[in-house]
Amino acid sequence: MTAAATTEKKPDEQPADRETFFGVFLRNLWSANSVTVTALSIVLAVIIGGLLIIVSDADVLAKFAYFTARPSDALTASGDLVGSAYSDLLKGAFGDPEAFSAWFNGTGTWQEAFAPISETLTYAAPLVFTGLSVALAFRGGLFNIGAQGQAVIGCITAGVAGFAFGLPPVIALLVALLFGALGGALWGFFPGYLKARTGAHEVITTIMLNYTATLLLSWLVLQSGVQDPNRTDAISKTVHEAAKLPSFGGVLRVHLGIVFAVAATAGVAWLLNRSAFGFEVRAVGANPHAAKTAGIGVARTYAMLMAVAGALAGLGGATQVLGTAYALTPSVAGNIGFDGLLVALLGRNKPWGTLFAALLFGALRAGGNRMQSYTGISLELVTVLQALIVIFIAAPALVKAIFRLRAARAAGLSVTPAKG
Amino acid sequence: MSTATVEDLTEVVAPEPFWTRNRRLGVALILLGVIAAAVFGSLAPAETARFTLSEDAQGAALSIDGQLGAILFGVLTVVFGGALVSGLTGKRWSNASLILGILTFVVSFLCWQVAGKFLPLVDTTSGTLELALPLILGALAGVLGERSGVVNVAIEGQFLMGAFAGALVGTMAGSVWAGLISAAVGGVIIAAILAVLSIRYLVDQTVVGMVLNLFALGITGFLYERLMQSDAEAYNTPPQMPTWRIPGLADIPVLGPVLFDANLLLWLALALVVVIHFGLNRTRWGLRTRAVGEHPTAADTVGIRVRGLRYLNVLLGGVVAGLGGAYFTLVATGSFTKNMTSGAGFIALAALIFGRFTPFGAFAAACFFGFAQKLATYLSAVGSPVPSQFLNMLPYLATIVAVAGLVGRVRAPAADGQPYVKS
Repeated sequence: MTAAATTEKKPDEQPADRETFFGVFLRNLWSANSVTVTALSIVLAVIIGGLLIIVSDADVLAKFAYFTARPSDALTASGDLVGSAYSDLLKGAFGDPEAFSAWFNGTGTWQEAFAPISETLTYAAPLVFTGLSVALAFRGGLFNIGAQGQAVIGCITAGVAGFAFGLPPVIALLVALLFGALGGALWGFFPGYLKARTGAHEVITTIMLNYTATLLLSWLVLQSGVQDPNRTDAISKTVHEAAKLPSFGGVLRVHLGIVFAVAATAGVAWLLNRSAFGFEVRAVGANPHAAKTAGIGVARTYAMLMAVAGALAGLGGATQVLGTAYALTPSVAGNIGFDGLLVALLGRNKPWGTLFAALLFGALRAGGNRMQSYTGISLELVTVLQALIVIFIAAPALVKAIFRLRAARAAGLSVTPAKG
Repeated sequence: MSTATVEDLTEVVAPEPFWTRNRRLGVALILLGVIAAAVFGSLAPAETARFTLSEDAQGAALSIDGQLGAILFGVLTVVFGGALVSGLTGKRWSNASLILGILTFVVSFLCWQVAGKFLPLVDTTSGTLELALPLILGALAGVLGERSGVVNVAIEGQFLMGAFAGALVGTMAGSVWAGLISAAVGGVIIAAILAVLSIRYLVDQTVVGMVLNLFALGITGFLYERLMQSDAEAYNTPPQMPTWRIPGLADIPVLGPVLFDANLLLWLALALVVVIHFGLNRTRWGLRTRAVGEHPTAADTVGIRVRGLRYLNVLLGGVVAGLGGAYFTLVATGSFTKNMTSGAGFIALAALIFGRFTPFGAFAAACFFGFAQKLATYLSAVGSPVPSQFLNMLPYLATIVAVAGLVGRVRAPAADGQPYVKS
């Protein structure tokens, strides 16, 4: 992987003589650099999502039945429906102007005004970790589909450490997080080690370990000592107060996890770009043969890299359990590992890019909740939007073809895991 | 997917010629046999284990003391393992010996579990085939794609689209055949996106596949909640695939009711195994497919249209996987629910790899995994101490063992996962 995608707009190779600044700006805007492609991908996804909303609404479709007679009916109804859906999405993600004005008038509280942002950050926190996990592995030429399994194991170890040990505050939290990281690291190290020793492709082994982890979790929550003694369904004991990630409480669910997530992003950025290990990772990712010739232990790097990636995903799972869920259930990890995959692709496998992508996904998820309860449009639309955005991002040539963009350098998403 | 990765980079000691694949498999079998005889034998109660032909405890086909059976079959596993190690079997009988070794190990396990109870053979066999049915179709779809060099990890997504389209159109048209055809179309839609993005736009095939899984999950879930949940009567009550009974043949014990009192989809799946095996190995299309999957440049040089053939095979795979999706709504349950395939597509992928990318291998692996699932439900029904989750893990763990080459490495087609760019 060359990580060729750059976020800045680069001037074209041969700017015409005496071109106005505005002209250069426009031309660059319309050339297919990664910012333009990302923005257009989001636009395309939103358009397709809007079409989906329309075709799946019986009332609006009924109006389309007499489209030729009175087209305005159908168009207005479609516009209203899509408009209200997306405005609820935005309000749920970033804040409702009414809630803000209520706060200024004194009829509402500041907590209510900031609740949407809090939700966005809450959903984003675990995604940052799983996204970083996938992105980091990608940079070393490994495709870590196993972030989901590693996050599940992180949930298990962090959750069990959270309710099993009676430790004082701070220490309890740190121990639980450490356990989450260790659990994920173990689950990541195994496929890394197998790849290093036997050449077993990490995509296959990590896919298989995902489901193994999920089955392990669904077995574990029913065991005595883990299962909540007061419940008959599959739910574990609740983690101790001391092990929970502190939050504002009330409607503001946002917790310390997002702060850790930003710190982890900075940490991964440092690891990748400034440390010896990061250099080895990038060298191996760019060309394992050359790295081997240069004296880098490729096998060792693969194993270590997967362990670190696993630890990050495990922390994502730990954030989920200690920050929002507080108890283990078979679906406690949700889809954070697979979403992390999309987040990493959207963030172009760069630490800070991943952070912003996770924030965008968190916003979509938080807004999707409001859209579902206010407009009655399924939260699954968000999954569709996320997948579509990444499909378009992954195929910049497709976006270019659709919008007839100029070809430009550095537009591609360089996601070609090493085939060795 | 290419499995040869680090080997040529690090100083891995080349395996000594003495430890051939058969010898290693034999040692593994001997170990399994010892475990079976010692562990299962000591845990099994000394009560009769009955394997019955009917649905109740009567008419036992095989009736044996549980403890004795566990030890006896464990010892047999050791014998077959020993035969493999010693090389007495020769090349010709080594696979038979391996299969017998695994079978006796499973029977030993069953003797322990069934002791004091009974296991209805007909129900177990038909349940196994029924659970294996989508896996067979999914794995065959994988065979088509991967043998021509396109990795397909979107089988799960194709299943979901197939299941959804089958339920939706089947209900709206009121015809199970319309449902079946639309299920195939649903699979083709995902396959087409996979094909265009990976063959034309050269996006990493695994990445596209995983994203498509999420896309299918999202779009079927979205339309399910928008359409089916509000009006299940109009959108989500598909007619069921009829079962046809072939008189005469259906009276054969055990296999008769399983194979000849079944639905069309099962026959279709079994036929496809043979057809694809024949096609791959005996026809011009098959030779070209294999050439494209192993060495596309060479294939191109002799005038084979690499991309065209890959498009064709991935789309054909979409048809097959979509039919596999139809199983979920038109055969198994009778309605679509969100994420109803719950990982079956990945078990199909596992079956494909475990079956060494061949149709018959995939079929055998799918049956094995189907049996593990069936056994898991049986064991949890009779209250066995073995948790069903661990049996359900079996396909995944077996695949890890297979790709890691702990017992006989699986080799993928050489150009699997690599886009072809004409230079």
